[in-house]
Amino acid sequence: MIHTIKRSFVTALIAALAAVATVASAEYPEKPISYVIPFGPGGESDITARHQQPFFKKKFGQDLVISYKPGGGGAVGWSQLNDMPGDGYSIMGVNLPHIIVKPLQKDVGFKTDELATIYMFHYTPDAVVVAADSQFKTLQDIIDHAKNNPGKITFSGSGKGTANHLAQVTFDKLAEIKTTYVAFKGTGASVTALLGNQVMGQWGYTSVGAKHAGKVRLLAVAMEQRHPRFPDVPTFKELGFDIVSGAYRGIAVPNSTPEDIRAKLSSMIGQINDDPDFKQKMENDGFALVNVDHQGMKAFMDEKAQAYVSAAKEAGVIK
Amino acid sequence: MNSLGYLLAALTPYHIALALSGVVAGTVVGSLPGLTATMAVAVLIPITFSMEPASALILMGAIYTGAIYGGAYAAILLNTPGTPSAIATTFDGYPMAKRGDGDLAITLACIASVCGGLVGALFLLSLAPPLANVALAFGPVEYFWLAILGLTLISALSQGNLLKGMIGACFGLLLSCIGVAEISADVRLTFGSQTLLGGIEVVSALIGLYCIPVLIDLVATPDRHLKVEEASRGFRLQEALRISLRSKFNLARSSVIGTLVGILPGAGGSIAGLVAYSEARRSSKQQERFGRGASEGVQATEAANNATVGGGFIPTLVLGIPGTPPDAVILGALLIQGVRTGPNLFTEHGSIVYVFIWGLLLATVLMLPAGLLIGRYAYRSIVTVPKAMLVPTVAFMTLIGTYSIRNSVSDVVIMTILGVLGWILGRFGFSASPIVLGLILGSIAEQGFVQGWIIGAAADDLWGQFFGRPISLGIVAFILLSLFSPLLLSRLRLKRELARAD
Repeated sequence: MIHTIKRSFVTALIAALAAVATVASAEYPEKPISYVIPFGPGGESDITARHQQPFFKKKFGQDLVISYKPGGGGAVGWSQLNDMPGDGYSIMGVNLPHIIVKPLQKDVGFKTDELATIYMFHYTPDAVVVAADSQFKTLQDIIDHAKNNPGKITFSGSGKGTANHLAQVTFDKLAEIKTTYVAFKGTGASVTALLGNQVMGQWGYTSVGAKHAGKVRLLAVAMEQRHPRFPDVPTFKELGFDIVSGAYRGIAVPNSTPEDIRAKLSSMIGQINDDPDFKQKMENDGFALVNVDHQGMKAFMDEKAQAYVSAAKEAGVIK
Repeated sequence: MNSLGYLLAALTPYHIALALSGVVAGTVVGSLPGLTATMAVAVLIPITFSMEPASALILMGAIYTGAIYGGAYAAILLNTPGTPSAIATTFDGYPMAKRGDGDLAITLACIASVCGGLVGALFLLSLAPPLANVALAFGPVEYFWLAILGLTLISALSQGNLLKGMIGACFGLLLSCIGVAEISADVRLTFGSQTLLGGIEVVSALIGLYCIPVLIDLVATPDRHLKVEEASRGFRLQEALRISLRSKFNLARSSVIGTLVGILPGAGGSIAGLVAYSEARRSSKQQERFGRGASEGVQATEAANNATVGGGFIPTLVLGIPGTPPDAVILGALLIQGVRTGPNLFTEHGSIVYVFIWGLLLATVLMLPAGLLIGRYAYRSIVTVPKAMLVPTVAFMTLIGTYSIRNSVSDVVIMTILGVLGWILGRFGFSASPIVLGLILGSIAEQGFVQGWIIGAAADDLWGQFFGRPISLGIVAFILLSLFSPLLLSRLRLKRELARAD
């Protein structure tokens, strides 16, 4: 008898808890959400998160509170993500190819599969950038010059094993040329080197063309279709090179986060992406929106991992 | 609109209130070790969404300039550079405070900061577009040589103890290699530890190496922290003004150095302060006073580091290339507001840029009264608070400050270990500055060298890359001068004395 009472009490308790949990998730988010960027302030990961901030507040009534946990090229933040509370109020920015390439280089405290990415909301497409007064007018000019002078063309780019670097390696292979890649600390430093004529070109991003309009020229962009901000710049595909790549940015949650919150958050980020005003702002800055949600993430990651890993091997970044 | 119009637009009560509150908040933030200008500006971004771009810039610029000045307090009173910009302030500021002149040092720092800030902002106002090209003229090789020049300063800073200075610098260089390398993306010297993955963060190393030994000594010795004069002496403003007037050339030179170094995106306030300090020392007739409480040392550093504020805005606004880390955050905030930086910003959006620059000048002027008042309060509280209160409070602040730099517990662990290590090394006559210099300059030198080498090798002209560029050669000349001038001078002196003896 007592046993049954006890059992029914426990059942009731569980039911009550479940009810509370449903109610809580139904009202999610009911307090500000901490949005950790595993890089320093002022970079593109920060700027794109800052673009989301006001739209999130407008649509869902709560603040996204952005903070930074830089170090180890993002590794410090990602290695701590799963220790954070999985209640939906701690989320973190994730970047490709970083989270794929880094764990393969060395033990950096996290594995790609351990990060629960719930949305990829945009990417900054790779682009070949030259100074406005450069001798190179088209991508073909670069290929011709490189064929005659193997290794002589220098490209600046942000970091090693990064989107820029892997795009350079892939392009060299497809175009059967040899160029020299010089890694700089971040896109800012790499643009400075380009504008200062320290290098002959840059493996940069479409965002470089937007930010430094008038001083630089884009020769090709690594997109499926031309970027709306640069209708005159051809894609690599048009020119016969199958390269669609860039730095993808998304949002991950601690892997203890319940399924319903993941799904909800994923749809929320998607709703921000659907806002025409948000789209306009992002495209003006040279970004390109993508919509890879919670459901489609695994297929997307698998496909990207394959391309990145083979390029990284080619580049000698991983063994 | 003419410049008078822009000035009037900057002088609205709203902007004056923004500038004043920005400077006050910045000074307080900067004075707390670990809380940096970058962080203060980043926290403000959401607030600036709803503001006009010019107003947002004024607020962020005011906070920034206040924080750089505020870094002097901890440097002078606790021997802890609150920001890397204030490293060289400790060299003479702390000895001044030790002998009871802390109040004078703070007032001098305030005047020098205002001077430097004004010079930097005036350059920004008048010569920004042409000066921005300096940022582009500096390539990897120039940064490499600049870092080497910085390392030669160790010989000047560790008088009579060159060997220990060099050992310290090498230790610092090794520390700079720890973690994921910026350029090659290799993971180095972490010994498999997650703690070391993010490398040694400079500000936490500063707090550890400078502040912890002071705290340990405070506990280990019965003396008071700083010498106290019983009678209240006010701000000692007249005395400070007299000294400042006497060293007007030092202030002017340091301000110009600060502006120029501020323009270089890869350098920053710490190098500006160090270069200005060593130039002040070199041109002084009483070099031996430096490091023992020479007011010129404090003035040079503080003028230079506040001049980097205006200097750093030059490439930020003209080229869209942030001159300093806080500038990167400000640039991001502007982007989100839809303001495009670039040369047209000055011609087409004068109402933003010029109103902001006048606002920055206004904030710098307001820093004089605000800085003097806060400085006096900071001085009195540090001097009069009993040790039993001071030590735990400061210790607590160092922990919080270190954690907040990157929201990282690892940094706190590293800071504490470096602190104890710094104290032990200090007992053997190794000072913290060469270690910190090695740490800061090591990564700059490494990046510049590797990039310069790759570019030179691609062009088949390594020699020309490192020794064939005019700016490089200029810096190399400075390096030789800085390395060999003490040797030559002492030989000259010896000869003269010998001649006199004959």
